[in-house]
Amino acid sequence: MRVLYFAWVRERAGRAAEDVAPSAGVTTVSDLADFLAQLSPGHAAAFADRTRLRVAVNQEQAGFDSPVAANDEVAFFPPMTGG
Amino acid sequence: MAVRVQSEAFDAAAEMAALTAGREDIGAVASFTGLVRGGAIRAMTLEHYPGMTERALAAIEAEAHRRWPLKASLIVHRVGRLLPGEPIVLVAAASEGRHAAFEAAAFLMDYLKTDAPFWKCEERADGTSDWVDAREADGTAKARWG
Repeated sequence: MRVLYFAWVRERAGRAAEDVAPSAGVTTVSDLADFLAQLSPGHAAAFADRTRLRVAVNQEQAGFDSPVAANDEVAFFPPMTGG
Repeated sequence: MAVRVQSEAFDAAAEMAALTAGREDIGAVASFTGLVRGGAIRAMTLEHYPGMTERALAAIEAEAHRRWPLKASLIVHRVGRLLPGEPIVLVAAASEGRHAAFEAAAFLMDYLKTDAPFWKCEERADGTSDWVDAREADGTAKARWG
């Protein structure tokens, strides 16, 4: 599974992207966030307040209850501020 | 229909001229250009999600064409470090009459603000920097389109 981070989520996680192989029990974005939050103190900080996070699965906006699978690209980021 | 994400500056007048060049079916073109505001800000850096950004902008543009009888449209959004006074974004919508052009241009901007994966980081004059928080008003502006 390819995981991407943007903006302050990237800064807290200390990386822009990483490949992870969570256990089979990880079936939703929420499960994945739980898994990622345990990887490092930086990850824990990135996922500390999930109300501030938005998510995309395979480059489409998704939610924490959305399903994820092994070959998915999952991105975590703050609310968008373009324009 | 066209969307572009680029680090280079753009010339809004030239973009508008190109959009309608050789077209006799267009009676109205409305555009919006967003600029970096100065004041307390020394520079602004725009980050984006390559791939998803283009998809999201194309989806927003397609939705505008579904809602209004547009003859042409354009979205150009810059990324990277920008200085006060520089252009950030250009949207343009062309149609037979003014109402569709005005409304579609506003729609493109309102949706772009909340649905396109861009993030602004502001550099202050004292050298510190911070990610810009999303504004509730942007969600409200989008919601008015139903």
